[in-house]
Amino acid sequence: MDAKARRELIVKRIAREFKSGDVVNLGIGMPTQVANHVPAGVTVLLQSENGFIGLAPAPSDPALFDWDLVNAGGQPVGIVTGGCFFDSCTSFGIIRGGHVDYTVLGTLEVDQQGSIANWMVPGKMVPGMGGAMDLLVGARKVIVATDHVTKDGAPKLLERCRLPLTALHAVDVVVTDMGYFEVTPDGFQMLEIAPGITIAEVKAATAGNLIITPELKVMTA
Amino acid sequence: MSKVTTLEHAMSLVKDGMTVMVGGFMACGTPELFMDALVERGVQDLTIICNDGGLPEKGVGKLISNNRVKKLIASHVGLNPEVGKRMNEQTMAVELVPQGTLAERIRCGGAGIGGFLTPTGFGTVVMEGKQVIEVGGTPYLLELPLRADIALLGGHQADTMGNLVYRRSTRNFNPPMATAAETVIALVREVVEAGEIDPDFVHTPGIFVDYIVKA
Repeated sequence: MDAKARRELIVKRIAREFKSGDVVNLGIGMPTQVANHVPAGVTVLLQSENGFIGLAPAPSDPALFDWDLVNAGGQPVGIVTGGCFFDSCTSFGIIRGGHVDYTVLGTLEVDQQGSIANWMVPGKMVPGMGGAMDLLVGARKVIVATDHVTKDGAPKLLERCRLPLTALHAVDVVVTDMGYFEVTPDGFQMLEIAPGITIAEVKAATAGNLIITPELKVMTA
Repeated sequence: MSKVTTLEHAMSLVKDGMTVMVGGFMACGTPELFMDALVERGVQDLTIICNDGGLPEKGVGKLISNNRVKKLIASHVGLNPEVGKRMNEQTMAVELVPQGTLAERIRCGGAGIGGFLTPTGFGTVVMEGKQVIEVGGTPYLLELPLRADIALLGGHQADTMGNLVYRRSTRNFNPPMATAAETVIALVREVVEAGEIDPDFVHTPGIFVDYIVKA
């Protein structure tokens, strides 16, 4: 699979997690694409931490963009019928208060305790944490969407994060181009394996403790 | 006793060395005309409290690019490389605060609350130097209120009594900032007579707002 196909597998698999009525916050990058693959018949409400519920795609014609209506990356978007706006205090009350069912975020590192590092690389990248620390602590379920290894082939699923943490013990599920993993007290439990990947390959690409479920299924989009 | 004033008068209230809250999120809801006017007036050594660092030529980024900011308190600065550059050169101090914590610190500053307990940031560098208080077995960080000398807001509509309505996602940090500064100035697109905004639909009560400038 090329990079595009691998990412599509990840976001399509995550999109199948939701049920109608769930409130979902999607991070910037690959997680944003999850919205395009929510199965027919399932309607989720997307929360945008800059202050609204009901995030929808922008009009296809740039001439119709409303620059008063942007996502958390500052890009023009739309709002669904029945959506609503609020201020940042309410937005983070929604997030911290457990009113967001799922958040999907990308990462640099995630470890077998569910700790995650995705906001800075000392000396290199210090963009700030934005709303990520609040989302990780407050969302009912945290799903990490990530390539299994870095560009250089190094594992991203670790025994313990090395980069500065975004949150401690916050991640529930990690979905990669190699499989679907639940964070358990004993380590990363692989419930599904991506098509064409072997268990040996997953083991070689994972630094944290890996548990293979006896009922291992093939991960489908 | 209309609160409507001129851009010139409103901006003359912002002095060197002041702490200034600026509404907006990635410059959406930021009073751009105020940013331009402050650059033009030559105000300097500002401490800016804003959700983010804007973009190099947009939002608070205009003040940063023109070296008017000595300290920035924000949650995200990744879209403005001018911030990272100044962090590395140590010509501007940057305090990074989780977004929800930033909003709530401002709310506390305006609501007479001495601080609040949040689970956000526990176990991270955000915890450094902060008091940890356990409630019901959960550890929380004690976060302290933020206030400013001036708050600069980006509204859509105001009445002459200062009641404000925001449009779409421009609301963001504007309402909490309206409560947390000594002097609050809003830039709006439209000014109407008192009574023309239905009292049920006012977003920021006029008592928080000192001056209105029409764009």
